Amino acid sequence: MEALNVFIKAAFIENLVLAYFLGMCSYLAVSKSVKTAFGLGLAVIFVLGITMPINWIINEYLLSEDGLIGMDLTFLRFILFIAVIASMVQLVEMVIEKASPSLYTSLGIFLPLITVNCAILGGSLFMVSRDYTFGNSVAFGLGGGFGWFLAIIAIAAIREKIRYSNVPPGLRGLGMAFILTGLMGMAFMSLMGIDPAALAAGVN
Amino acid sequence: MSTTTQEVKQVEKEPLFGKKERRLITDPLNDNNPITVQILGICSALAVTSLVYPSVVMAIAVIFVTAFSNLTTSLLRNYIPKSVRMIVQLIIIATLVTVVELMLKYFNYPIYKQLSVYIGLIITNCIVMGRLEAFAMANKPWRSFLDGIGNGLGYGLILIIVGVVREIFGKGTLFAGSPLEMKLIGNTSEFFINTTDSTLFGWYSNNNLMVLPAAAMFVIGIIIWIQRSRNTKLVDIS
Repeated sequence: MEALNVFIKAAFIENLVLAYFLGMCSYLAVSKSVKTAFGLGLAVIFVLGITMPINWIINEYLLSEDGLIGMDLTFLRFILFIAVIASMVQLVEMVIEKASPSLYTSLGIFLPLITVNCAILGGSLFMVSRDYTFGNSVAFGLGGGFGWFLAIIAIAAIREKIRYSNVPPGLRGLGMAFILTGLMGMAFMSLMGIDPAALAAGVN
Repeated sequence: MSTTTQEVKQVEKEPLFGKKERRLITDPLNDNNPITVQILGICSALAVTSLVYPSVVMAIAVIFVTAFSNLTTSLLRNYIPKSVRMIVQLIIIATLVTVVELMLKYFNYPIYKQLSVYIGLIITNCIVMGRLEAFAMANKPWRSFLDGIGNGLGYGLILIIVGVVREIFGKGTLFAGSPLEMKLIGNTSEFFINTTDSTLFGWYSNNNLMVLPAAAMFVIGIIIWIQRSRNTKLVDIS
């Protein structure tokens, strides 16, 4: 039940893109069509869902003072986390290249750039600072990925429609995407006060 | 004899700081800006720009990391196997960011506390990795180093513009937290323009929207609008 709360909170209330503005680069660059956005969104859910538990295990059993090594190695956290993320992304890159070459070419340079998607490393750092349990970290990874997926699909759909509107030439494309994201972020801010745990308690 | 003349010719062909090298630094400031044209490195641009001083420190940190990661990667480019290139690049970047973090901790602890998470997130700042992939893996060390400096400067320029706009309209100050702190407009007598007894500025109050991260999106959107209406070549055709 707690894991479900973490999932809902990560996906809607504390959306990584719209509440913390993490993972913006690929979010803005790959949101020109819903189809590519869909592919990238699935890849991000997958990478977040896998790296989060692996990083949890590393943080708990290798880096912390009462882990297997018995020394406080937290200064190595960045390097180890990013190494895990990079190897997972390389794996996803190879799988997509084999499974769907057309998606592979349309994602282009932004596939390796999932590694430097702030949402992935930021998610792992949030997980550490919030002291999640193993189950909650899995839920947080999947929920955060799902929230990112929703946000990129939403902006891609809006950008597909807005192509038919009469936007001033200087704002067309990227400029409009920035302003739309700002508006979406302000809309999502209204969800920030909701507490799923309290809601569940009220219903029962 | 022939080899020496060849060497001399090569040196003449590639001056240390010629027109091409200057373009490497000036291009990213405007026509090939990492934030507004290449769309790289936006997360931190949103997060640290509510005040100018942290933006300046962040810009310096990023210039350092882009320049030296470009240099190191370019020196190693022929020895990095393609299949593990990302991991190698990320370890170079993570090491440099650790250096920056420790230096900042030593020299300026308050700003280190203020930036802490975002210094770590320079690792995932797409501009560093993007330049390594797009430039340093295919170019010589000196030019890669200049490209790193140029892109760091282009990034810092936008960061500081956004910081200035957000701080003046959001808080009424400039360089708050630094020795250069200026209080421009506000409702106490400490400020340069005091809105409580000024008849001219009595209507003015700080815009709280500017303090929220969403404001950075609007400011960058407007910067892009201005830049693209001045240079119509950059307009999106799609």
